[in-house]
Amino acid sequence: MSADIHITDHPRTLAEKLWDDHVVVPGSGQEPDLIYIDLHLIHEVTSPQAFDGLRTEGRPLRRVDLTIGTEDHNTPTLAIDKPIVDLTSRTQVDTLRKNAAEYGVRLHSLGDAEQGIVHVMGPQLGLTMPGMTVVCGDSHTSTHGAFGSLAFGIGTSEVEHVMATQTLPLKPFKTMAINVEGELKTGVTAKDIILAVIAKIGTGGGQGYVLEYRGSAIRALSMEGRMTICNMSIEAGARAGMVAPDETTFEYVKGRDHAPKGQDWDDAVAYWTTLPTDEGATFDAEVFIDANELEPFVTWGTNPGQGVSLNDAVPTLDSFADDEARQSAERAFEYMDIAPGTPMKDIAVDAVFMGSCTNSRIEDLRAFASVIQGRTKAEGVRVMVVPGSARVRLEAEAEGIDKIVTDFGAEWRFAGCSMCLGMNPDQLAPGERCASTSNRNFEGRQGKGGRTHLVSPLVAAATAVRGTLSSPSDLDNADDRELVGA
Amino acid sequence: MEKFTTHTGVAAPLKRSNVDTDQVIPAVFLKRVTKTGFDDALFYNWRQQDDFVLNQDAFRNATVLVAGPDFGTGSSREHAVWALRDYGFQVVLSPRFADIFRGNAGKQGLIAGVITEEVLENLWAAIGANPGVEITVDLVACTVTLGDYTAPFEIDDYTRWRLLEGLDDIGLTLRHQDEITKFEARREAWRPRTLPVP
Ligand code: SF4
Repeated sequence: MSADIHITDHPRTLAEKLWDDHVVVPGSGQEPDLIYIDLHLIHEVTSPQAFDGLRTEGRPLRRVDLTIGTEDHNTPTLAIDKPIVDLTSRTQVDTLRKNAAEYGVRLHSLGDAEQGIVHVMGPQLGLTMPGMTVVCGDSHTSTHGAFGSLAFGIGTSEVEHVMATQTLPLKPFKTMAINVEGELKTGVTAKDIILAVIAKIGTGGGQGYVLEYRGSAIRALSMEGRMTICNMSIEAGARAGMVAPDETTFEYVKGRDHAPKGQDWDDAVAYWTTLPTDEGATFDAEVFIDANELEPFVTWGTNPGQGVSLNDAVPTLDSFADDEARQSAERAFEYMDIAPGTPMKDIAVDAVFMGSCTNSRIEDLRAFASVIQGRTKAEGVRVMVVPGSARVRLEAEAEGIDKIVTDFGAEWRFAGCSMCLGMNPDQLAPGERCASTSNRNFEGRQGKGGRTHLVSPLVAAATAVRGTLSSPSDLDNADDRELVGA
Repeated sequence: MEKFTTHTGVAAPLKRSNVDTDQVIPAVFLKRVTKTGFDDALFYNWRQQDDFVLNQDAFRNATVLVAGPDFGTGSSREHAVWALRDYGFQVVLSPRFADIFRGNAGKQGLIAGVITEEVLENLWAAIGANPGVEITVDLVACTVTLGDYTAPFEIDDYTRWRLLEGLDDIGLTLRHQDEITKFEARREAWRPRTLPVP
């Protein structure tokens, strides 16, 4: 676990170091390595059957002090002080509350300042920090990799496994370096980087890999920008994404509720500074992206790899190299009701969703607000702003962002996953088209028959003003104001 | 868990790539707190269309799904596996699976067998020529057989071994309790705890 126990002289990547430091029992025979889990995040949707399993087997939850829960996927974003109207939803949330009480798990329920999207809660409490293994029954657990931790989503059987043993039997992931060098242009953000990465390597390109985002453009990002990037690693098929910890990371963690204090802090930082990938370490694969060239990026299709620059047009069928991609594009054109060759900026939307664990932190809200402030919402477009957590909401209100949002004509909601997956009443109607800061544009993801274009907070805001997919530079008097990055 | 050695049943072709778990089971069906009862939710939106493969008589009782590449991408929801299993599927064959889906399938005794694109095309052609035909999936030999056509599939060694022996994952890990306890004793003080609340 600590540096003196591990004696290796070959250069290692960040991912390999984290792996080595968490091996409880090395694999042998048929069995893979047994890996220790430092933090287990739970929520209402993927935990009830796991608790049931524990109960049936009469097994205790091994480490309640490494477990924490919140309510996010299935919760309303209006009238949160009233009982949940949908009875099955209410039962699911009640079940989490009962289970948490029975097993002694700390739970942040609706109405609590820490309640919110599970991947916003961990970092804001300072529970997510470098050098850890973090899991959750949710694929976007990759978000926490932004801190230089190994964080990945698991299924409900694995949730039960972690509850019972605080470990998981796993085979090491392969490693892929995503090198993003250069400087982003104004109006180009972390979201645009990751959408461009996914378009480049494809939705299956990262399968079996943990992605390490590197290079000057990544180093220049805030922690929240890094979280946005790591969040969508799963959209490239990767279980995990990570960024090596640095001063930006330490600065972000320091002083939070659960950040180490005193000697512990010094010990932690001393360890964390040993984590970045060694000079000369090799990755199983490498990808290079030129940050200088990037433009705001948006999706046109029904998987996150089907994206182009906002200045481009929907691709034509003959531009696809293989049959499979062409057929998938054809199906997407039909579902999205979009013609090949249409300029992206000609596409009109019915709704704008600003939220989700990809883009619902305070910097995202600031960026969104900086564009809409003093402008008027496009007529007929429904705009919903959903902070990632109750704490983010409070912070935003203290800065007057709620007022900017409501003056603009948009809805200011309570925290949760909301229209990212449309499990609660926040859904698109069939045929409705939405510019969304979330991470998945799958068929029906935001409501049956709904059509999703993935965008950054800046593009979402500009789109809400014009009613068609737009970037802030398309707006009147665009040069008169400074954009707040996101 | 029950031991799995071979299975023979009707094969259904799902001629799509990138079938994400939101398609396998939409989020609105994830509100239940049980592990069963998801059969109607399987491919819910696609099943509203008459020509969807599982709405055709020949494939209604299929137990082996032969799908295009990148099956099970997206959300980690194990409900996707439960829904497939509740419907009656015992095997899914595809040239590529998303990692989390493959893991979930293995835990629940649903075989996620990796076949080559060539085998996929051959199986689709054979099923197309003879809708309702049965296929045999042999986990011992790691082969699929349809008529006189036999082809290999891949599954990781650990999952295969557990399924052949009918071993429970958690039970296997609990044999290492002592090592886990020793490891915990070495964990550094800076590593965070959720309790007590500071
Ligand atoms: S915001 Fe969306 S992607 Fe993130 S955890 Fe919630 S449902 Fe999943």
